[in-house]
Amino acid sequence: MTHSMGYTPLSRRGFLRGSAATAGLVAMTLAGGLLSAPNGAWAFAPKTLKPETARVLVQMARDTYPHDRFSDAIYAQAVAGYDDKAATDAAFQALLEDGVADLNSRAKDGFGAGSYDRVGWEENRLSILRAIAEGPFFQAVRSDLVVSIYNNHAVWEILGYEGSSADKGGYIDRGFNDLDWV
Amino acid sequence: MSAPYDLNDDSVVVIIGSGAGGGTLGTELALKGIDTVILEAGARQEIEDFVNDEWESFGKIAWLDKRTTSGTWRVSKDFPNLPAWIVKAVGGSTIHWAGASLRFQEHEFKTATTYGPVEGANLLDWPLTLKEMEPYYDKAEFKMGVTRTNDIPGLPGNNNFKVMKAGADKLGYKECHTGRMAINSQPRDDRGSCQQIGFCFQGCKSGAKWSTLYAEIPKGEETGKLEVRPNSQVLRIEHDAKGKATGVVYADKDGNQHLQKARVVCVAGNSIESPRLLLNSASAQFPDGLANSSGQVGRNYMRHTTGSVYGVFEKPVHMYRGTTMAGIIQDEARFDPSRGFVGGYEFETLSLGVPFMAAFLDPGSWGRSFSSAMDDYANMAGMWIVGEDMPQESNAITLHPTEVDPFGLPIPNVNYDDHANDVAMRDHAYRQGAALYDAVGAVRTFPTPPYPSTHNLGTNRMSEKPRDGVVNRWGQTHDIANLFVSDGSQFTTGAAENPTLTIVALAIRQADHIAERMGQKTL
Ligand SMILES: Cc1cc2nc3c(=O)[nH]c(=O)nc-3n(C[C@H](O)[C@H](O)[C@H](O)COP(=O)(O)OP(=O)(O)OC[C@H]3O[C@@H](n4cnc5c(N)ncnc54)[C@H](O)[C@@H]3O)c2cc1C
Ligand code: SF4
Repeated sequence: MTHSMGYTPLSRRGFLRGSAATAGLVAMTLAGGLLSAPNGAWAFAPKTLKPETARVLVQMARDTYPHDRFSDAIYAQAVAGYDDKAATDAAFQALLEDGVADLNSRAKDGFGAGSYDRVGWEENRLSILRAIAEGPFFQAVRSDLVVSIYNNHAVWEILGYEGSSADKGGYIDRGFNDLDWV
Repeated sequence: MSAPYDLNDDSVVVIIGSGAGGGTLGTELALKGIDTVILEAGARQEIEDFVNDEWESFGKIAWLDKRTTSGTWRVSKDFPNLPAWIVKAVGGSTIHWAGASLRFQEHEFKTATTYGPVEGANLLDWPLTLKEMEPYYDKAEFKMGVTRTNDIPGLPGNNNFKVMKAGADKLGYKECHTGRMAINSQPRDDRGSCQQIGFCFQGCKSGAKWSTLYAEIPKGEETGKLEVRPNSQVLRIEHDAKGKATGVVYADKDGNQHLQKARVVCVAGNSIESPRLLLNSASAQFPDGLANSSGQVGRNYMRHTTGSVYGVFEKPVHMYRGTTMAGIIQDEARFDPSRGFVGGYEFETLSLGVPFMAAFLDPGSWGRSFSSAMDDYANMAGMWIVGEDMPQESNAITLHPTEVDPFGLPIPNVNYDDHANDVAMRDHAYRQGAALYDAVGAVRTFPTPPYPSTHNLGTNRMSEKPRDGVVNRWGQTHDIANLFVSDGSQFTTGAAENPTLTIVALAIRQADHIAERMGQKTL
């Protein structure tokens, strides 16, 4: 289904599934999981994208919408959605692989780093992103991230948004007017 | 029971669209004993189908058929295929709407006279006055159960309102309260009172908010005189050699086309689809589209001068808790050109959940400036600006030269340029809004650009003279006696107020007129 909000979308099912299964990635401890948290809290084995591509995309996702309170699992979950979409959409797969290859070569030329995510300072990585920000690769990733990241229930919890309320009786007895500092 | 009418029954009034205009008109006609068929493009969903989830709800009920945009408005850049945020479902945008229900001010029915010439603006006085509208405003407020009218108490203020009120007091604003809302503050009309759920935009799960879906249409259906046919998208209005409307062609959910005959046809598809339908109904006799001898069909598109101001505070606000829009400041709604613009604007409380806040706070932006704002979501308060925008002939719904929908009909393009008056008004409102929040200790404020249009107006405007507009003072088209326009596209000008109360009042008035004319056999 195409979304008409002006971004190149993943399927709605894709991002809704991602949001509903917040814990999904944590459980995804596939043998040979190539992307994982150092402490083993989560791991993600891309099926279509190259593992290095996925790793760079996770860093790029964080640099685009940086929240120091979010674990990498949240960004990796968005990238897992790309991996799903790439499996059935060769043009999208190429957009990501080529886009990441470009990021890596800019990382090498500009900062002597082996890949984008190995550039140490955020400010330096941002200079790379700013240079490609108007291009189709960045636009596709950014416009999807802004939906998939902020539609994630784990994110809602961290940001203090309580989500669905009718099933809890609304806020009539749950603090709709509890503000006392004005 | 809803009455199923035969396709060949040419005694029925056919209404296109079941929202604020169409749903009200259909119900009113049925209550007068007139056989009425409402054809609605969207599906029929009920309260149990509503979901407290912004994107999921959007996917279920928003109008997502492809549209294009042009012009210098920022929506065209940020949401090129989503000029408007409106509903495709039985009940129309009264499922989404927030319930703010305000009467127009007297001078807003005569802006050409009051404001004088404004360069580039196609201002025109309404062929109607506030005095004539008052009895219908009374009826509409009673029907919709508007708070602060008919002895109905105001809603309680939520956290977002408390911040607004404190700031309004500091700035010396006098007219700040919890609004005139078509939301039950106490049980009324077989519907309960507001549970402060906070997802007013996603369809009210408690039914406290007025919507044609459950507060009007079932009453019409009970008479046995109203049939609402969902999944029925009207493609074209037909006419005979004498230039009278004879019926409409629509596609059912499987794409099969049917001709529903009609004695009277009323168009209420909201201000993008209504003119599109008239233009797409062009014939040899009416090569420029139906009812378009003035050339004004689709023109003078208005969407209100909008924008939002969000403020971040040191302590939590939780603005999303409770009624979304039960908070208003009306001091700036006055006519006072000393501010550098004609027309006025309202401030109304507004909140978005995290998903929509991310999409709308500053579309397209990224990096820490944006994400740090999102980090402070729980400490944010928000309000919406809604002000009168200038009608301009070139702000228009036109048929796309090449792109067609699945039925082979040209899709609509929405062109909009901000008028200098709109820009001056928005800048004033941004400044006042930021000052208001600063006065309560905001650590940051954001001038958020307009969202895709929720108020769509003026594209079949009402005029005294046939050469200036599309319909007369009853919403009857100047060119075709049995063709009416019954939605917000009738508006001659937009006023500072949210439009729905006026749309409903006009529909009640139009129902009286149609019934009278049918009784006299002059229709
Ligand atoms: C989020 C949101 C909040 C709002 N809040 C407020 C508020 O607080 N106060 C206020 O006054 N207003 C508010 N509005 C605006 C209000 O909803 C609209 O002004 C009002 O509903 C418009 O009425 P209408 O009859 O013109 O169109 P709608 O209510 O949109 O109804 C049009 C109907 O026609 C159908 N249709 C269109 N084309 C066809 C076709 N070809 N064949 C068959 N059916 C067709 C559509 O599917 C739709 O159901 C809000 C709107 C939104 C989206
Ligand atoms: S806050 Fe009130 S009006 Fe809004 S959805 Fe909830 S119950 Fe309905």
